[in-house]
Amino acid sequence: MSAPPPCAYITAMAVFSTLTAYANPKRFLDLSRRIQPWLGGATALLLAVGFYWSLFISPADYQQGQSVKIMFVHVPAAWLSMFAYACLAGASITGLVWKHPLADQAAKAAAPLGAAFTFLALLTGSLWGKPMWGTYWEWDARLTSELIMLFVYLGYIALWDAIEDPNRAARAAAVLAIVGAVNLPIIHFSVDWWNTLHQPSSILRSGGPSIDSSFLWPLAIMALGYQLLFFWLWLLRIRTEILKRRARTLMLMRGAQL
Amino acid sequence: MSPMRAVLRRDIALAFRSGGGAFLATAFFATVAALVPLGVGADLPLLGRIAGGVLWVAAALSALLSLDRLFQADFEDGSLDIIALAPLSLEATVTAKMLAHWITTGLPLTLVSPVLGLLFNLPVEGYGALVLSLAIGTPALSAIGTIGAALTLSVRRGGLILALIVLPLITPAIIFGSGAVLAAVQDTGTAAFLFLGAFSLGAVALSPFAAAAAVRLNLAG
Repeated sequence: MSAPPPCAYITAMAVFSTLTAYANPKRFLDLSRRIQPWLGGATALLLAVGFYWSLFISPADYQQGQSVKIMFVHVPAAWLSMFAYACLAGASITGLVWKHPLADQAAKAAAPLGAAFTFLALLTGSLWGKPMWGTYWEWDARLTSELIMLFVYLGYIALWDAIEDPNRAARAAAVLAIVGAVNLPIIHFSVDWWNTLHQPSSILRSGGPSIDSSFLWPLAIMALGYQLLFFWLWLLRIRTEILKRRARTLMLMRGAQL
Repeated sequence: MSPMRAVLRRDIALAFRSGGGAFLATAFFATVAALVPLGVGADLPLLGRIAGGVLWVAAALSALLSLDRLFQADFEDGSLDIIALAPLSLEATVTAKMLAHWITTGLPLTLVSPVLGLLFNLPVEGYGALVLSLAIGTPALSAIGTIGAALTLSVRRGGLILALIVLPLITPAIIFGSGAVLAAVQDTGTAAFLFLGAFSLGAVALSPFAAAAAVRLNLAG
């Protein structure tokens, strides 16, 4: 086997040293405290602009009418539900392989956010379905995938809660997250396949073949807003986890002194 | 006797001698299936259409039934620690346990499924597909179930959480399995069998590693 090129080596080292630098919870708390207000402000700004643009400026669709505007809150939520799982799985691998102390907290903190975005995607999808399909729930391939995704999130959260020892819970949850990451694309494919097997092809697809730029811009802004919202809440939750852990340690120390 | 075969024989013996083993899972399978006509009505054409799906869902539930004892009993009385110390790798132990679970649940379910197909008015073309799809697909249920059982082995009353973890992950098996029966009845090709086989092979090949990792972390803590 030939040696890896030096630039790959340096990149790997740089990534690793950045990872380990922020493995120090105190440094992470300092940095995240400074980033937090900016992130929160940018989220609020983007969401405000995105909501205004999508609700008041962007036109009604000639086929879907005003219902098309549900898309602006639905599509980013569906994207985020998958993005959050990618973050969760990435953090789980980092925690399992490099024993990175913050990765476990990051994975744990991402799960409820992912579940919430998944639920939001299901809720808005169902509200969009009523005027479009004439029913609140259609066993559409994407909705069904999202539903199973929600169950995967709930199982992951339940496993964290069920195991008392936090270190053991973190590792068990990480194994489950990786199994889920391997299986979710297969589930998605199987649901797609199932849908073609059972579904009459009369369903009106959201968006249609191409999407007009008057919809694309507000959608992009909303997607970015959702993305920053996720990062903002994620940082907040990781900070909370660290502080909770610290509070527990202090309590145990005081207990030892008695 | 090879150590792997010893684990396999021990687990099968335990399953048969405590609480009915294979018969319990089979009886559960039959009972769940029998409840469905009571719920949806004795509409024979309808039952014939849903037979494959109902039997596959019932098979998945039956596979869950005995999973929580797969590692938990051994964990509680300490024999899992001793098995883990043996020269046999944990991956091989887990594979033997997985196989024992399949022999005591998946295999008997597969064998009695034609009788239940009869109760469900399954069309003649569907019987071969039902038996074959269960034979191909139930190992995937045992394999993925083994991961869930290993993850929750230290959890008291882990049965419910085990179901919540395992059921979403086995949806492909249910989709392809019932799809294979439906495709045989409607004569629309064998794609579902191929997908089911691929899923099952992948699950059986990869699960021992995940399950062994899960057992290891539970023993280490």
